[in-house]
Amino acid sequence: MDNNINNHIVKARHPFTEAFEMFCKNIAAVIALVVLFLIILTAIFGPTLYPVDPFDMVWMPFSPPGEEGFIFGTDYLGRDLVAMIVYGARVSIIIGLSAAFVTVFIGVSVGAMAGFYRGWVEEVLMRITEFFQVLPTLLFAMVIVALFGASLTMITIAIGAVSWTAVARITRAEFLRIRELEYVTASRASGANNFILMFKIILPNALPPIIVQAALMVGSAILFEAGLSFLGLTDPNVVSWGQVIGSNRSYLLDASFTVTIPGAAIFITVLCISLVGDGLNDALNPKLRQR
Amino acid sequence: MTKPLLSVKNLRIELKTRDGVAPVIDDFSFDLFPGEAISFVGESGCGKSMTALGIMGLLPEGVGKIASGSINFAGEDLSAAEPKRMRNIRGNEISMIFQEPMTSLNPVYTIGEQIAEVLRAHQGLSKQASWTKAIELLDAVRIPNPQARISDYPFQMSGGQRQRVMIAIALACEPKILIADEPTTALDVTVQAQIFDLLNDLRKQTGTAIILITHDMGAVAEMAERMIVMYAGRKVEEGPVQQVIDNAGHPYTRGLISCVPHILEKLTHERQTLQEVPGIVPSLRDFGKDQCLFASRCEYVSKKCNNARPTENEFSNFQTVACWHTESIQ
Repeated sequence: MDNNINNHIVKARHPFTEAFEMFCKNIAAVIALVVLFLIILTAIFGPTLYPVDPFDMVWMPFSPPGEEGFIFGTDYLGRDLVAMIVYGARVSIIIGLSAAFVTVFIGVSVGAMAGFYRGWVEEVLMRITEFFQVLPTLLFAMVIVALFGASLTMITIAIGAVSWTAVARITRAEFLRIRELEYVTASRASGANNFILMFKIILPNALPPIIVQAALMVGSAILFEAGLSFLGLTDPNVVSWGQVIGSNRSYLLDASFTVTIPGAAIFITVLCISLVGDGLNDALNPKLRQR
Repeated sequence: MTKPLLSVKNLRIELKTRDGVAPVIDDFSFDLFPGEAISFVGESGCGKSMTALGIMGLLPEGVGKIASGSINFAGEDLSAAEPKRMRNIRGNEISMIFQEPMTSLNPVYTIGEQIAEVLRAHQGLSKQASWTKAIELLDAVRIPNPQARISDYPFQMSGGQRQRVMIAIALACEPKILIADEPTTALDVTVQAQIFDLLNDLRKQTGTAIILITHDMGAVAEMAERMIVMYAGRKVEEGPVQQVIDNAGHPYTRGLISCVPHILEKLTHERQTLQEVPGIVPSLRDFGKDQCLFASRCEYVSKKCNNARPTENEFSNFQTVACWHTESIQ
């Protein structure tokens, strides 16, 4: 009897279900998510499935795509471009994710402190944020990498250091809005301390725009890494897409495929990340829900 | 006579405004005895909620502060307590429920997590024990099927149910005082009655003293034993509820009572025109003035009212009135 009644009640939908449905309505984002998923699979399993050393000379230089079984052809040193793309995916994805993590970590910490404590804490932290915002980002990252060496860790830190400001500002804005809401006062009234208020009460509610920003940050970090390695500021012992473009750039007119193929890889990956970020924005931003 | 549980003496709370500092609460004193229910009554902007926030130590940071006076709770002055001590008291010994049940619960956690959190923080219960206690509490606030509802999110509940959850959170640690700041304003009438019944029953069971903040005279009559009428940050009248309603000594109290509509026995009965209190509460700027702040809206106004602040006259029947003309009104 009880069950019978319950079956007829229209259940309020869980916000997560609702967000998921909103995301699925954005067809471009769904396709992008599938492609991105394939790229990530390539990064994880590609080197095992295609065990060709990307630094080995395997055939004549500049053999065009398709020739002698080399689907993407070979570069100026006769290295297999498929292997370079497959191994390079790993570096790009790792740099993208870890730089986004560093960005979110610094940005959320600074933004949360500024938005929660207000007063002189906010004043000092936001001035620091503004200082980092006016620095020319690529130049600053180049200086860091040039000074401390071009390891993957250093490149990640350099990208994080120049791009955390956007996350900090978004986090601060969300904290300023949420800290005045009633449930925060209610939690305060039941004795929550500042740490619990910041990270258990306010932060989970501030997450949606931060997640969207972080997703877009992965894309821009990949671009940043490509830019740095194009300029030669990269770990020479690992392949990355930007590095392939950079090393082949002198032969752009003679063997354009050596540059366009890694370029397309970067383009597709970043485009997919942007589309997924856009889909997340549709799903998580209540202001766009009514569209 | 027993010792009061909470004794507020000459409390003055100042708010920083654009025009300078204004006393939102001015020379306000009252006692609350264990297990008693009192009520603060007054229109919006009279400082009822400010008093509550002052007691809880939750005045808006940098804007409001307790300028003078004392809040004595079980031998401890809360107005001078350390923030850490206040956090210990809040939710544990004094707790509060708010006006808006729709927005007072955190949307990202289940209600069970929110109730259990308070129990873990103040009573150091284990995860399992706090969860069991949370189910008991939901049952105590009469939420049907608590085992299943405990893992619901706030958006899955109605306004009345959310307010019940708020009450469960507030009473989780069996506080000595519960401050209810207009707990039923946002709810519809049938639910209001249920919430008041619930609060009354829980008070009988746990012996928690209640401070009810409201502008609903019906709620006061139903819930409280004593009432304090506030106007512009000052106490204008205090006394046992029935006595004040029958025999109000302050023209403002009279106004508040006469503007409550009555249900007629038969529709053919002649309907009395509702009285209103003309005018509005003076602006914050004028709160500190040495005069009767109600003077501009009062029909009994005289020169004295505009020149000196009325003293609180205590009558033999525990009724206190701050008005120069009490004798002539009664």
